[in-house]
Amino acid sequence: MNDSVDRLRARGARVEAVEASAKMSAAELSAWFGDKQALRSITLPLIERKVTAIIGPSGCGKSTFIRCLNRMHEVVAGARATGDVLLDGKSVYGADVDPVRVRRRVGMVFQKPNPFPTMSVRDNVLAGLRLSGIDPPDTDALVEEVLGQAALWDEVKDALDRPGGALSGGQQQRLCIARCLALEPEVVLMDEPCSSLDPIATAKIEELIHDLRDRYTIVVVTHSMQQAARVSDYTAFFYLGELVEYDHADVIFTKPSDPRTEDYITGRFG
Amino acid sequence: MTQRALSTPPRSLRLSVEGNGGSADRTFGAIGAGAAGALGLVLIGVAASVARVAWPSIEATGLSFVTTSAWDPSRDVYGALAFAYGTLVTSFIALALAVPVALGVAVFLTDLGPRRFQRPVSSLVELLAAVPSVVYGLWAALVLAPLLRTTVQPALARVGGPLFRGPNVGFGVLCASLVLAIMLLPTIASVSRDVLRAVPAELREGALALGATPWDALRLVVFPHARRGVFGAVLLGFGRAVGETMAVAAVVGSRADISPSLFAPGYTMSSVIANEFPAASSELHVAALAEVGLLLFVVTVAFNVAARVLVARSREGAPRWREAAPRPGAGEAA
Repeated sequence: MNDSVDRLRARGARVEAVEASAKMSAAELSAWFGDKQALRSITLPLIERKVTAIIGPSGCGKSTFIRCLNRMHEVVAGARATGDVLLDGKSVYGADVDPVRVRRRVGMVFQKPNPFPTMSVRDNVLAGLRLSGIDPPDTDALVEEVLGQAALWDEVKDALDRPGGALSGGQQQRLCIARCLALEPEVVLMDEPCSSLDPIATAKIEELIHDLRDRYTIVVVTHSMQQAARVSDYTAFFYLGELVEYDHADVIFTKPSDPRTEDYITGRFG
Repeated sequence: MTQRALSTPPRSLRLSVEGNGGSADRTFGAIGAGAAGALGLVLIGVAASVARVAWPSIEATGLSFVTTSAWDPSRDVYGALAFAYGTLVTSFIALALAVPVALGVAVFLTDLGPRRFQRPVSSLVELLAAVPSVVYGLWAALVLAPLLRTTVQPALARVGGPLFRGPNVGFGVLCASLVLAIMLLPTIASVSRDVLRAVPAELREGALALGATPWDALRLVVFPHARRGVFGAVLLGFGRAVGETMAVAAVVGSRADISPSLFAPGYTMSSVIANEFPAASSELHVAALAEVGLLLFVVTVAFNVAARVLVARSREGAPRWREAAPRPGAGEAA
């Protein structure tokens, strides 16, 4: 972990007090799909209980990056990764590490809302717990609490037995967030969580991300620079599989040090 | 530049908005409707003409055709119950043996198997499905039946019970069921594989990201989603089992008996038609065989309809939110 911070310093990034506060960090992480390299030696800390946004044009590797964090990258045929990812200073790629356990601590919300269509809203929320063999003493209270956290309770409290696929797109995405939060993850990865949602649903999700930062370490991949500026504490700019710049969000959006970052955030490409 | 291009088009491309697509669309629509209609006509036509040929037998035997099992063309006694029984018993045993293995193969090919084996095994399945049934029949008569007689049936006989006793000749209901099971396996496996593959990747990933093992993801998400399709695959297998003729005719034993023993020789509807039709002399014999064909037709249609009703009833997770539907899917998911 200290190594990765040193390397960041060497790149000129201002990452004060990162040593003590990085929940996860990537160290020289590279990833491939077959022969095609998608990530080039990414070293990046993810600060605890802060929102880190990953921005960059399509195909820059930002989704691949977060999929490496919870070992979802390797699910795709022909995909592989080198380097390391640390969670609380311990490698998630260690020989004795079960990816299933990693994914229970590092939750994920996908680009397209994917509630389980054959399950009710309630069963969707409880799915992760049932998978882990956890039987909470008061499921009703838990369902209410988690749906409340996801700002969905008021809308679905009379529809808990309806199929998850029957909700609107924005509700489905919040259901997926609730499903993820029910497992009490330490880190929540969101892969363009608003890209299929309308502006009102997007505003709700952004508000939610804002509320959740007190309890979770959050990583949001987004196409939208406005969204990154609104929700994130730290922002990383990826371009062509490389980490171009990482800093406090206000620094990235006001006085970026790399000309490529400036070109991107001012809309000159991407 | 752009401005000029817009204001002065290089060629006259002003398209009229009047009129419709014209005759091509209408012609194509008519051809499509005609083809769809022809399908229904063929089905009804075949059923009607078989019924016409079968009419003398229907008139002569009445209901006893389906309630008795005595079949003696030399005395013009025709009861087809044993054939229907043989068809259903061999088909169900074959399904019971083939479905679990076929689903295992399908799951191996889509979710659980090592990726480098998936392609060769997949090709193997397609290959097995393409082998002509008479080859399976030949193999069953030359290899499977002797194996049953010398090894398998003596062992089963020691287990005892009404299913496993009687004369041990190899040829019989068990042999026919086994060869059917082997023939159904690739059909059910390849259709199930396609159905499992069609389950959206984001659902599998959603489960995996929640900390599901690959098996959990199958159980929790993939199977519930693919259930109707898998049921369709099983139904397709059943249709093939009921209709299969040559392989069964080769080993079933060809005797119109109803016996609980799986060792005993039996007969099926399709194999009796294949065996007796070339030599049928009397008009009533031909009519009776046609009636067996009609019965086969009715049984197949009945099972298809019943299965469709079952599938429709078990439908769950409907995308639309219907107020009237009380707790859709809640009972299933529990």
